[in-house]
Amino acid sequence: MAVSGLIFIAFVFTHMYGNLKAFSGHDAYNTYADHLRSVGEPVLPREGLLWLIRAALVGSLVVHVYCAVVLWHRAAKARTTRYVMKRNIASTLSSRMMRWGGVTLLLFVVWHLLNFTIGKVNVKGGATNDPYNLLVDSFDTWWLTVLYLIAMAALGMHLRHGVWSAAQTLGLTNNAAARRNANALGVLVAVVIAGGFSLVPIFVLAGVITK
Amino acid sequence: MTAEKDTVLDMTDLTQSPEADSPEAHSPDDEPNDAAGYYADGTPLIDKKTPTGPIDERWENRKFNARLAAPANRRNLSVIIVGTGLAGASAAATLGEAGYVVKSFCYQDSPRRAHSIAAQGGINAAKNYKGDGDSVHRLFYDTVKGGDYRSRESNVDRLAEISRNIIDQCVAQGVPFAREYGGLLDNRSFGGVQVSRTFYARGQTGQQLLIGAYQALERQVAAGTVETFTRHEMLELVMVDGKARGIIARDMVTGEIETHLADVVVLASGGYGNVYFLSTNAMGCNVTATWRAHRKGAYMANPCYTQIHPTCIPVSGEHQSKLTLMSESLRNDGRIWVPKNREDCDKDPRDIPEDDRDYYLERIYPAFGNLVPRDIASRQAKNVCDEGRGVGPLVGDFRRGVYLDFTEAIERMGKEAVEEKYGNLFDMYAQITGEDPYEVPMRIYPAVHYVMGGLWVDYDLQSTIPGLFVTGEANFSDHGANRLGASALMQGLGDGYFVLPNTVRDYLADGPFEKIDEDHPDVVAARAAVEQRINKLLTINGDRSVDSFHRELGHIMWEYCGMERTAEGLRKGIDLIRSLREEFWRNVKVLGSAESLNQSLEKAGRVADFFELGELMCIDALHRRESCGGHFRAESQTEDGEALRDDEHYSYVAAWEFSDDGEPPVLHQEHLVYTAIEMKQRSYK
Amino acid sequence: MKVTLKIWRQADAASKGAMHTYEVDEVSPDMSFLEMLDVLNERLNAQGEEPIAFDSDCREGICGMCGLMINGEAHGPEVTTTCQLHMRTFKDGDTITIEPWRSDAFPVVKDLCVDRGALDRIIQSGGYISVNTGAAPDAHAVPVPKDKADRAFDVATCIGCGACVAACPNGSASLFVGAKVTHLGELPQGQAERDRRVVNMIGQHDHEGFGGCTNIGECTAACPKEIPLDVISRLNWDLHAALRHGK
Repeated sequence: MAVSGLIFIAFVFTHMYGNLKAFSGHDAYNTYADHLRSVGEPVLPREGLLWLIRAALVGSLVVHVYCAVVLWHRAAKARTTRYVMKRNIASTLSSRMMRWGGVTLLLFVVWHLLNFTIGKVNVKGGATNDPYNLLVDSFDTWWLTVLYLIAMAALGMHLRHGVWSAAQTLGLTNNAAARRNANALGVLVAVVIAGGFSLVPIFVLAGVITK
Repeated sequence: MTAEKDTVLDMTDLTQSPEADSPEAHSPDDEPNDAAGYYADGTPLIDKKTPTGPIDERWENRKFNARLAAPANRRNLSVIIVGTGLAGASAAATLGEAGYVVKSFCYQDSPRRAHSIAAQGGINAAKNYKGDGDSVHRLFYDTVKGGDYRSRESNVDRLAEISRNIIDQCVAQGVPFAREYGGLLDNRSFGGVQVSRTFYARGQTGQQLLIGAYQALERQVAAGTVETFTRHEMLELVMVDGKARGIIARDMVTGEIETHLADVVVLASGGYGNVYFLSTNAMGCNVTATWRAHRKGAYMANPCYTQIHPTCIPVSGEHQSKLTLMSESLRNDGRIWVPKNREDCDKDPRDIPEDDRDYYLERIYPAFGNLVPRDIASRQAKNVCDEGRGVGPLVGDFRRGVYLDFTEAIERMGKEAVEEKYGNLFDMYAQITGEDPYEVPMRIYPAVHYVMGGLWVDYDLQSTIPGLFVTGEANFSDHGANRLGASALMQGLGDGYFVLPNTVRDYLADGPFEKIDEDHPDVVAARAAVEQRINKLLTINGDRSVDSFHRELGHIMWEYCGMERTAEGLRKGIDLIRSLREEFWRNVKVLGSAESLNQSLEKAGRVADFFELGELMCIDALHRRESCGGHFRAESQTEDGEALRDDEHYSYVAAWEFSDDGEPPVLHQEHLVYTAIEMKQRSYK
Repeated sequence: MKVTLKIWRQADAASKGAMHTYEVDEVSPDMSFLEMLDVLNERLNAQGEEPIAFDSDCREGICGMCGLMINGEAHGPEVTTTCQLHMRTFKDGDTITIEPWRSDAFPVVKDLCVDRGALDRIIQSGGYISVNTGAAPDAHAVPVPKDKADRAFDVATCIGCGACVAACPNGSASLFVGAKVTHLGELPQGQAERDRRVVNMIGQHDHEGFGGCTNIGECTAACPKEIPLDVISRLNWDLHAALRHGK
């Protein structure tokens, strides 16, 4: 779970970085999008690396979801009689939201792929073969931006606990200082990635990024 | 010195016919004994297992002469062990390793919960790692002297010798003892001795040692040599042909009465301090296992020897269920006092001027001050409270507490240094009392802590019933009339790891024994007796709860058989116990059924046995008209009020044989002979 | 003071349980929580109602026998065992909900008593150092660095009460297992069996039906001995090492 999670973190970080190209304008963004398809040529065919990454991501997704389902199932079986009253005293909201937050993110990914990759739905009815314009059209729509921001909140929380939890699972937090650092890193990664992702939609909606 | 096959039987024969007018009956100056009429005199008791020869070769010789059991035969030899404290768990683990078929019983839900776990201070071992002049002989000497010359010297010497192996064993098991920066084990001096021989794991030594033994036990469970029976309580000893052959136990969850048969039964069931209701013992500590064996013929030795610990947190009200001990190291820096005037007792202690305070230990014992031995500190606390100068809440008509004041220590050392040294104890005190001991003086009061008395055992730890071995606090053997600090853990583990495996093997070398099954008439009878007793308890259906009887019994014991005992008080105590016991069997109210978890029923059975024990304790205390160790008889004191031992008349172990209900117990005396140490009277002034 | 108690009552493992309400008055703030229950039980006994079964033994916070879920918190609102919780923590008129540890690996025996034998079986699977009695070298034969000895001690203070399991939203006993693996793994004596120990103990843990750890941290907050979460990291580290070593 930790390893697949770290692959996702690497991915979303790169993805977020790529998204920020939107601030450089239409051509820079579209060149970047095209470059993703041509990188690795001629050793690899066009989109070769992209498909390799996609395969790795799908693989990680299968592992990540499988582990999550197993853990969820075990937790459910471990306590079939629930407490009449149960208080949580030390856990972060993030840690308790991992499962439903994860489901939210999964649903979001499906929509996100339909929106930008597979289906390429332009809610404004505009062009779908121009990534930059598709992006601006999408986030110029307030409810889509809200949807994305909610997803980014979920992503941030997932990352906040995920980073710390991965450090624990990998056995890297063997003392109090390491635990503090892993928690701080979790917060940092969450803020940077979820925050970074959120910039583009917000600036589109605010009219800073335009076609 | 060879272990003869019939030694055990010989000894039983020797002690079976009580003679009322035995010439051995002792009473000073031929006056009738204080307890005349309460008991009958029996023949002297001789421990034939004690090897002779130079004291430091005795254990070696005994081990060499103990017969062997072939590994292939061990699979056919079985051992039952009752109790999973240090003594029981270590014995079960070791006998399991040896290949015997072991069944281990405890009333708790896990073997790890036995009350050895609560021991704070440490464990003594004559390692002399500090090079401060310690040796096996010095530990032996200190222990016999600490026991006020009422222990058996051969046993104590053996204990001192194996103390070194205990530490090796525990370290190898992973017990995390305190260490120095060089990585070697740290030691401290404890209980007023002048050498540093106490190994410790912060204030939780008992816990760490018990977990070591528990893990060794669980390892054998995994290996299939030991089977554990948790939430099982032994309610009767099964005897067939004069030998211990098993136990009747109740499964405390289902209520089922089970028969477990074996070739040897080991009782490691701990002490009976709960006869006082309030003690530092755990709620479940009881005498039932040993008392049932006593009723079947095992002698009870020195039952009146009780250790009362001076630094416990006082009773806060009528609802109190137990007392909590704080390490007596507190007396190193705290000053003990009470107000000089009764009218100051309910004042805020900080408002009582220095001149109106009575630092009574410093006043009476200027040389030792607050560091006088446990029994003296305890008795003087009781005295000042009896004078009406106790502090703290009124419980009944008295305030039962004295101040332990760190104000001066905080001024002298600084708050940080005090916190460094005693922080965990202060926290514990604050947790329980809700008072901040850095601001307000602590209140302390003595509480029953340990019993030196227990079933009589020979050098092999075998009781007067062949095949019944008794170990740890449940036996009487090593501490005499008072136990030295940090010695209980040593004895429990020493018995279990190193003594029993040798002596039980010697007994089992006679095997394989005749097979018996659950239909044997003696087994059936033992089982029927248990069922009948349970049924009786459940059908009395009176008005009073078990706890109310227990509380009242405890009060009688504390009042008349506590820190200071008088002939008059003990006689009164016996009368009160007898009438309370009579009421118990007429008026106790136990609800629920026998077929399920029933904590009232469990307690009822234990309290019923406490009544009988309590009476015997009073008789023992009454007959012993001397002050020794933890036993202070007001009739036997020096002119300035100190304990006066009477070696001429009482240098013996009082081993009591049970007679039928209503008949007086029979006293057998085992005379104590000291060849390796000279008897001295102690003085602390 | 006076308190209202809502207490889980269940006749035995097979029966269905339910919450019952009791009022207790004349509660002294100096009473321990369990003494307050003693008072209630005395009253129930007098009224002819069977007393409430709950476990306790040493009542000084070290044996690990007691353990109640009090107002939704394992051992109640203070960082201590149930037996060391005192009524001064509560206010006059409070309603207090009392339940047993809820874990399918800890079946209810009766009322508030549960069976924690699963923890013993985890220890049986490897929570020890294999050394036969009498086979030990001198205690000073192997020096142990003080920091390692101290850490081993700190985590060896676990009392096996099961509060970690009770508090864990996943019902995991990882803190318990981690504490033992860390205790023995810190010491030179524990190295020979280190790989085997962690694999077997985790295997037994899972077999008993405890949940998996998701590093939420409720366990360590409920732990009366404040065993830190590091031990779970250490548990994982040792597991990875064992797997690398082909165990």
